[in-house]
Amino acid sequence: MEHFFSVLGIWLGALFTFAIFSFLYKDNPFYKVAEQIFVGLSAGYWFVYTIFFILIPNLFDPISQDIGANWIKLFPAALGIMMLMRLIPKTEWVSRFPIALIIGTTSGIFFLRYLKSDVINQLTATMINPFAGSDPVTIIGQLMLVIGTITGVIYFYFSKKHEGAFGVTAKIGIYFLMISFGAAFGYTAMARISLLIGRLQFLLGDWLGIISP
Amino acid sequence: MKRKIPLVITFIVGIVVIISEFIPHKPFGRISGELENWYLIIAGFAIILGQMNLFKVNLFKIRYKQKNWQFYIITLISFIIMVSCGLFWGTENNPGLFGNAESITSVVGSKPFDYLFDNIYQHLQATMFSLLAFFIASAAYRAFIARTLESNLLLIAAILVMLGNTSLGSSLTCWLPENLKFLHLPNISSFIMKFPTTAGQRAIMIGAGLGIIGSSLRIILGIERSYLGGE
Repeated sequence: MEHFFSVLGIWLGALFTFAIFSFLYKDNPFYKVAEQIFVGLSAGYWFVYTIFFILIPNLFDPISQDIGANWIKLFPAALGIMMLMRLIPKTEWVSRFPIALIIGTTSGIFFLRYLKSDVINQLTATMINPFAGSDPVTIIGQLMLVIGTITGVIYFYFSKKHEGAFGVTAKIGIYFLMISFGAAFGYTAMARISLLIGRLQFLLGDWLGIISP
Repeated sequence: MKRKIPLVITFIVGIVVIISEFIPHKPFGRISGELENWYLIIAGFAIILGQMNLFKVNLFKIRYKQKNWQFYIITLISFIIMVSCGLFWGTENNPGLFGNAESITSVVGSKPFDYLFDNIYQHLQATMFSLLAFFIASAAYRAFIARTLESNLLLIAAILVMLGNTSLGSSLTCWLPENLKFLHLPNISSFIMKFPTTAGQRAIMIGAGLGIIGSSLRIILGIERSYLGGE
């Protein structure tokens, strides 16, 4: 019986793979069915994940095991229930309190996190001696790193019109940004093609058995 | 009242989290740690709210027979099946309301939730993302029309990075002598990723970081209030 369900699983996988790929021809009912199943399963998966991996270990387990030591967790529980009241139009305003807490905490955390990791740490990493390398390629690269970062940041300064020397510097910044976008595009294309190869391997290997997995 | 109290909450909470970074002693350090725990729990409820809202929206579409309403029945059914399987029989390492589903596992080979995840969800997800390979190819055709210096740089960087990461690219330039090894395609790809790409990414990170810091301050100080909704 286990073998039957294993084979059924492979056939279901192949069926849904073809249903999604059918969109390459045009939008059709097979694609729409597969798409809606994906949406439903995805929402269901995250619902169950949230219950088992966020709410049970952080809320239900501590309260049920020792409520005396964890009574304070009743506050976020109450705020969480207030959040769910957003579903009812008349009590929608109640959800503003937990949302305010989430937004306030997120703003505080993001303020500190991005100040450290995205501004101070990145600036510190850029302030290097570009001529300290052992070979010309490294020295050229480090010069590009320093010039590219500074000119790129200048490009994002929109309070002054991009003209004259400032405009030229911003233009150099655009060139570095374009190289960066090109490299990112190359990597994205490769990642998608590797997923496509994975699907073809599944169809030709696991499903049809033409190639060895 | 309905708007002022949330604004006060946001201000106090935001300021406490920021102060706790500079004064990690009592009471700020402890309050900040507790707030982060609260955040996790409320965010969990927010995810549940999102799923319930999806259910509600789809239910309305079916009730008022909106365009393609039949397909939304499938969404609801698959949602209910996935949630029921997860809650009743649990996940791989977590028992559900009906226990560990040993009898079902002995027949199917895995728990119903894991079976659906492995045999349907994963295949749908991988295929959906692999579909983008075709659309990326068509987007590339349009984006890579080399009219300006900027589009040329984009095109050349993308091609060099892609070639440098494949065996074809490596074999194209493997004949180069030792003193010209820096022109070997994998080395060029690595150089592009290490220096000019890092420079561009850093500029974006610094710009975005400054933007996020500004937005956070606006929210904490109550200048930005759109998250409270209009009334």
